[in-house]
Amino acid sequence: MIVNSLYLIAAICFIFSLRGLSKAESARKGNLYGIFGMATACVAAYFAASTTDFWFILAAIVVGGVIGVFIARVVSMTALPQMVAGFHSLVGLAAMLISFSACFAPELFRTSTSSGIKIMSLLEMGLGSTIGAITFLGSIVAFLKLQGIYNGNHVPLSLNALLASSICCLLLYFMLTESEEAFLLLAAVSLLFGATLIAPIGGADMPVVVSMLNSYSGWATSGIGFTINNDLLIITGALVGASGAILSYIMCKGMNRSLWNVLFTQGQLKSSDASTLGESRAFKGGAPEDAAFILKNANSVIVIPGYGMATSKAQYALKELGDLLKKDGISVKYAIHPVAGRMPGHMNVLLAEADVPYDDVFELEEINRDFASCDVVYIVGANDVVNPAAKNDPSCSIYGMPILEAEKAKIILFLKRSMGTGYAGIDNELFYAPNTMMLLGDAKKTTEDIIKAMRE
Amino acid sequence: MKCVFHGFMNNFLYDLCAKGPASNDGLHGVTVFVLACFIGYYLVWNVTPALHAPLISVTNAISSVIIVGAIFAAVQSFYAHARIFGFVAVALTAVNIFGGFTITHRMLSMFRRNK
Repeated sequence: MIVNSLYLIAAICFIFSLRGLSKAESARKGNLYGIFGMATACVAAYFAASTTDFWFILAAIVVGGVIGVFIARVVSMTALPQMVAGFHSLVGLAAMLISFSACFAPELFRTSTSSGIKIMSLLEMGLGSTIGAITFLGSIVAFLKLQGIYNGNHVPLSLNALLASSICCLLLYFMLTESEEAFLLLAAVSLLFGATLIAPIGGADMPVVVSMLNSYSGWATSGIGFTINNDLLIITGALVGASGAILSYIMCKGMNRSLWNVLFTQGQLKSSDASTLGESRAFKGGAPEDAAFILKNANSVIVIPGYGMATSKAQYALKELGDLLKKDGISVKYAIHPVAGRMPGHMNVLLAEADVPYDDVFELEEINRDFASCDVVYIVGANDVVNPAAKNDPSCSIYGMPILEAEKAKIILFLKRSMGTGYAGIDNELFYAPNTMMLLGDAKKTTEDIIKAMRE
Repeated sequence: MKCVFHGFMNNFLYDLCAKGPASNDGLHGVTVFVLACFIGYYLVWNVTPALHAPLISVTNAISSVIIVGAIFAAVQSFYAHARIFGFVAVALTAVNIFGGFTITHRMLSMFRRNK
């Protein structure tokens, strides 16, 4: 009775926690609700287990807690996506371990009856372990890709189909026979499936992958909740699963692609040497001094950050430039495309890290009409999200993707590492537009040079 | 095989048809799950896109409520291996819980308004 009330309190706290994130003002309170809910859940579980092993549990929590806090404090905001992917893998692994425990010690979760373990429990146990395993290895692969250790492989669709169907067969066989071997084999095949599912997905689709794995970690939690008949786990898992699913949907919509297309269309797995398309065409280059002159004489500037800003850590220089412009009475806004960066909201966090106030930062729908009246657009390491071909060229692979309409501005300053194409492997007309000035080189260094030139 | 299947169907039907006030016909969990999905759906559409990264890290932290199951596994005395599994699972989820809430806090404390 007490335990169940505590579970209920924890579930309500988690709901408030997500509710708090709807606005920046209440977000910190939301995080506190989450912490309080989690503490309540742990206390409830400890009482429910009616155990004397207090120190044993505490030791595990302290060991994990110290590692967790350490990682979370030292990680750079650029590396946020890989850290999140790494953390997702832990939920998957934990789900696997718990379902193994439930399989080997069925007395534990009262899953056994006179006729062995109930069929429903077997199904739940198998599902919990399957989703856990997919989350675990899928997240590891995503981590390796985000960290740049592993570049991905082409995986034939037939292999994924084969693995998926063998998972179904094994699950059925396990339900029929209750065989522990089948259970272990099921886990092994699920692990493999997790890896082959994520391996072929390309770099710019990572926001979808990260939110999808977020969703999986929720479903895994729900699966374990079903296995051990715990409502709190079912509720929390469903909240997290729904959240990740919605984010995946938003990310897919931001690219005008379906989830199926992102997951299983591998034509886009690009090799970096394929990016020499446009080098023969003439474009207008410029020096930082020219850019400084242009910026000084503008009335309004819109900055479009992309993943290039994250890799060169240009956000601090960008903020300095913004402050300098604002001091001269020039309006500075930041425009963020939904799929900019490697995870949802990545750019917002990086700008916030550099102390850019969030009321200067705008989403695509909010700012797109402002480009026409804007003097200078300052594009930092973004490419496909400003490519007008998405609107004009029905034959190109990103046709239909909503873009930031930078081409409508009077002058475009394009900071880029090289004249290479973006992730989609298509040329960008904007490079060659008469009102575009290309500033090739490291985004951070270029921005700093512009600042220097402005101060002189 | 036929016999196994027969037993399977019997058990399955038994599960589905369990009656009486104290019986759980398996739909309780599903009911809770589906309703919670709806709550999650309406909650998350309200989240502003600027906070999607903290949303991911906080949901990552709260999905580690799976620690409840890990604690059960760690303290039971039926099976020694499951105890070790449980201990490891508690430690792993603790990494996630502490790490997830800390990084969320770090992110949120950076967001500020125009002065």
